[in-house]
Amino acid sequence: MKKRKQTREVKYVKPAKQEIRQTKQAGGNFLDKLYAYRDAHVNVFVSSLIRLADSPFNTIMTIAVLSIAIALAAGFQLVVSNMEALTANLENSTQFTIFLKDNVSDARAAKVAESFRQNPAILQVNVIGKDQALEEFKHYSGFGDAIGILKTNPLPVVLQVMPKNSLGDKNQLEELRQEFQQDENVDTVDMDMLWVERLQSIMGLVHSGLTMLKFVLLVSALFIAGNTIRLELHSRREEVIIAKLVGATNGFIQRPFIYSGFLMGFISGVIAWFIVTVMMFMMRQSVNELSELYGGDFHLVFFSFADTFCLVFASAALGMLASWSVLKYQLRHTIPE
Amino acid sequence: MLKFDNVCKRYPETGEVLRNVSFHLRHGEIAFLTGHSGAGKSTLLKLIGVMERCSRGQILLDGQDLSGAKESQLPFLRRKMGFIYQDYKLLQDRTVFDNVALPLVIAGYGHQEISRKVRASLDKVGLAGKEKKYPIALSGGEQQRVGIARAFVNKPPIIIADEPTGNLDPDLAMEIMRLFVSFQQVGVTVLIASHDISLITKMNHRVLKLDHGQLVSE
Repeated sequence: MKKRKQTREVKYVKPAKQEIRQTKQAGGNFLDKLYAYRDAHVNVFVSSLIRLADSPFNTIMTIAVLSIAIALAAGFQLVVSNMEALTANLENSTQFTIFLKDNVSDARAAKVAESFRQNPAILQVNVIGKDQALEEFKHYSGFGDAIGILKTNPLPVVLQVMPKNSLGDKNQLEELRQEFQQDENVDTVDMDMLWVERLQSIMGLVHSGLTMLKFVLLVSALFIAGNTIRLELHSRREEVIIAKLVGATNGFIQRPFIYSGFLMGFISGVIAWFIVTVMMFMMRQSVNELSELYGGDFHLVFFSFADTFCLVFASAALGMLASWSVLKYQLRHTIPE
Repeated sequence: MLKFDNVCKRYPETGEVLRNVSFHLRHGEIAFLTGHSGAGKSTLLKLIGVMERCSRGQILLDGQDLSGAKESQLPFLRRKMGFIYQDYKLLQDRTVFDNVALPLVIAGYGHQEISRKVRASLDKVGLAGKEKKYPIALSGGEQQRVGIARAFVNKPPIIIADEPTGNLDPDLAMEIMRLFVSFQQVGVTVLIASHDISLITKMNHRVLKLDHGQLVSE
């Protein structure tokens, strides 16, 4: 058996593979190898932890900066999802203001309102009679005295029509508007959509701004983690060189650093989660108060379980990616002397 | 075992450091590499460890072409060589045991096998019982023997030593040399770079002498 191997080696076209096999066989049977592999990983994991604990100042600084960057990014994400929830509510609050013709009396208006109520797409119709409208106008406009001079009430009857919640679609709303317009008693129909649209486009702008900021923050987090790994690699240069001299593959040398990156990312992710959650809890009270003032039922959106999982593991992956890319570049330049 | 065939090494800054070096070390042979400072000894050893690539010629280790080996194959080639250095190159923050075990851990040996092999290797160099010490607590000769135990632990077919006795007094140096001879006796090829002429003549083995990058005598 051995002889055959040797004769094959004479043709040294691709001998390295055989060598690899030979060295890999050296450790005994498959199970032994597996245990050895597992032991090696456990050892490396523990030693990465010890390494991080060995230089507590560096580690704490890095993790602090990383977790703040990640917390900001995650916070922006949360702001975006809260804004989405908020604007979704607004979309439902679309309402029509229908001004009836001047000559339409309150009694006639009630009939018109009743006919609109029959429409299955409509949730609610409020009638604001001429007198009520005048009262309100006097009260809110500040022209109370001037209006008192008027002999007749110039205000038309107004119908406030709320479509059903399902009517988020613009086209459907437009159809509904056409329908109202066709009624002979109707003068003009105002759809209070414009401000919603404006708000939505502002939200869109904020959304894309925050997304860009989030991206920048994540890139900077990548560089922060990468730089820490680079420093660690630098301080362990001698060790790396010795390991290379006795036949360590780049994979073997990378392993503890990748674990360090993983640990840093993981811990930073957990801390970032806490930072954001604490901030949200602090803000919740005031947001609820504000929401109540506007009569809304808006509640802050928190991280779901899946979000938390994603946040922590994305951070860990970020740490690993950072250390991997640094090592990929740096190890090529760490050549034994 | 180790064959140099018209090997040249040229650095852009210093010009040609090795010129047409050819020699052949057979299985289980022991040889000294000597020459004045700057004759190219270190460069020659670096070429064997593929820390540098030769500019021309071919280096074969056990029939494998070192000069043309791919980067990804180098770790596996280096596992076939045991390197020993003048400055020992030990990890100061690891115990003697961990230092010697490093090549085995890298090669993926199991826990028990590592323990057994490390003990055997330390026993061989006369350091049994010092596994738990740190290199700093050992004398120069002992540290060098740890380095030798590390080079030998994975039973490589060739051991390459760069000035292994440079920092040691003559008695210790002689002891280290005897260790090398004992390796040779179990079939290991040994190449020792040294400029300790008196020691080399005492040992009476094959001598490769470099002068300004050329092999002048064998």
